[in-house]
Amino acid sequence: MSSAGEPLIALHGITKTYGQGEAAFQALQGVDLTIDAGEFVAVMGPSGSGKSTAMNLLGCLDTPSAGEYLFRGIHVERLDRNQRALLRRNCLGFVFQGFNLLARTSARENVELPLLYRGEAAAERHRAAGAALAKVGLEGWEHHTPAELSGGQQQRVAIARAIVTSPLVLLADEPTGNLDSKRSHEIMELLAALNREQGITVIMVTHEPDMAAYARRIVHFVDGLVAQDGATEAGACC
Amino acid sequence: MLLNALLLALREIRRNLMRSFLTVLGIVIGVAAVITMVTLGNGATRMVSEQIASLGSNLLMMRPGQRLGPGRDSAGAPNFKLADVDAVAQQINGLQAVAPVVGSAVTLVAGARNWSSTVSGTTNAYLIAGNWKLATGRAFSDDEEVAGKAVCIIGNTVRKELFGSQSPLGNAIRVKTFDCEVIGVLAAKGQGAMGMDQDDTVLLPLRTAQRRLTGNLDVSTLMISLRDGIDSTQAMAQIRSLMRERRKLADNAEDNFNLMDTRQIAETLSGTIGTMTALLGAVAAVSLLVGGIGIMNIMLVSVTERTREIGIRLAIGALENEVLLQFLIEAVVLSALGGLLGITLAFFACLGLSGVMSMPFLFNPSINMTAFLFSAAIGVVFGYVPARRAARLDPIEALRHE
Repeated sequence: MSSAGEPLIALHGITKTYGQGEAAFQALQGVDLTIDAGEFVAVMGPSGSGKSTAMNLLGCLDTPSAGEYLFRGIHVERLDRNQRALLRRNCLGFVFQGFNLLARTSARENVELPLLYRGEAAAERHRAAGAALAKVGLEGWEHHTPAELSGGQQQRVAIARAIVTSPLVLLADEPTGNLDSKRSHEIMELLAALNREQGITVIMVTHEPDMAAYARRIVHFVDGLVAQDGATEAGACC
Repeated sequence: MLLNALLLALREIRRNLMRSFLTVLGIVIGVAAVITMVTLGNGATRMVSEQIASLGSNLLMMRPGQRLGPGRDSAGAPNFKLADVDAVAQQINGLQAVAPVVGSAVTLVAGARNWSSTVSGTTNAYLIAGNWKLATGRAFSDDEEVAGKAVCIIGNTVRKELFGSQSPLGNAIRVKTFDCEVIGVLAAKGQGAMGMDQDDTVLLPLRTAQRRLTGNLDVSTLMISLRDGIDSTQAMAQIRSLMRERRKLADNAEDNFNLMDTRQIAETLSGTIGTMTALLGAVAAVSLLVGGIGIMNIMLVSVTERTREIGIRLAIGALENEVLLQFLIEAVVLSALGGLLGITLAFFACLGLSGVMSMPFLFNPSINMTAFLFSAAIGVVFGYVPARRAARLDPIEALRHE
């Protein structure tokens, strides 16, 4: 467990280089960033600014080329593939732009998936999946497959899948990128509510200032570095 | 974890029912072919040995002419005489019965019906040597044998064909040029070792057949049955040396008669069928292998097709081993289901085919078990490469995959 006052996430001098020699490309050029438990952070920046790379690192899907990544005091950069998988399984939840639900699989089965890997009993999986779907407002839609759901509903299922394990951090990569503005606002309100009511730390990549406004802090990436980091109005008011 | 992986695999198979079925079709056919071949082969072997047993135990057959085979000639070998029969019966120990036989194929007529059959002239010893029982009627009397009277004992097939449901006893059958009275009916034996009908026969007293059918005093075949517990090799050697002496063969001359042990024939025949069964089974096993390659092919396609899904699973926190196990179990479950389908198919195929070929259907648990385990093993072997490929995917790349 992290001691009091220690940040949930701390990046120190993180660099990430793709390719080798002449063709080498440095996507991150020494990023320092700390995120405390309970924050709602929007990550913004133009294409190629390194924000997706940063999200992959934060999500423990990738390892930095150099630098330190401390997650609750654990050196993520020293973990192997399986240890990172366990960290994702136990502490993180993912929401993607493209929803990434399993096709031809009911909403409930999709939500149960992370619990299956955790080895939860069937009855508990059933209960927890039902509860998570209820939390995102999809009661009664348990047996529908993604093809039978609208985009907004699919993203809600994805959110239910991400929160069903009660993660510490929810990582959302352009969660509203494929949705119209009405659905986008619904999804953002849902994420804000989860952050506010459940205390889940939310880190979200977005292009749209409208959506970023829901966050309490915005981190701007430019050319592989954090260019700007500050509270939003939503953050300032509380 | 294993149970979970099993659950995931079954879900995946259920999701792609049609593709799953086509994937395992090769295994289904392979397993069904192997089991059917082996089961039918076993049935054939059993049938042959049962038929040999019905011939009577330790039955020797002696015919004039050299041993059959390429470059051998049976022409010119003299037939046996009655004196040979008596000599064998009297001078060789341990014999149960010695029956002289002369045979010819003849058309039989009774009333309005006619039937082609084999007529054998012989003695009552034939009934003992051939392990025949009488269903009704009686055997030849001494008087009938010595005088060569026109009486006959008929087999069950002849009875059916000529008399139908009527009782044949006391009725006359026309054999070539003469009528003879039916005095007995043999109990049915069924099909013989070579597929011929053993019940399609008519027995006449030897003298009757010699006089009225063959026109000479020769004997074409000797049926010799041994007493229980007598060593057939030794008896055969004794008979052989006796016959060589009687036929005045020089030491370096080859036999001009041949003596066969029906049990030996049976063993040779079962051995041949066993070899054929193994051969056909092996050919069928190749199709199992091809089925396995089909599984690998589809699983590789499936891994490529499901790259994004694998990415999702990895992002959610699936371990490398869990993904490996999932795909491996999927392959094993698929091929094992294919094996079960194949076993079911083989069961009905064997049931149908053994009916058509009038062979006994012997359910062989060990070949079914072996085929099933083999199909599951094929799943492991051919599922491993695709499963490892899935497990080693980079989650980021996999998630980006369209």
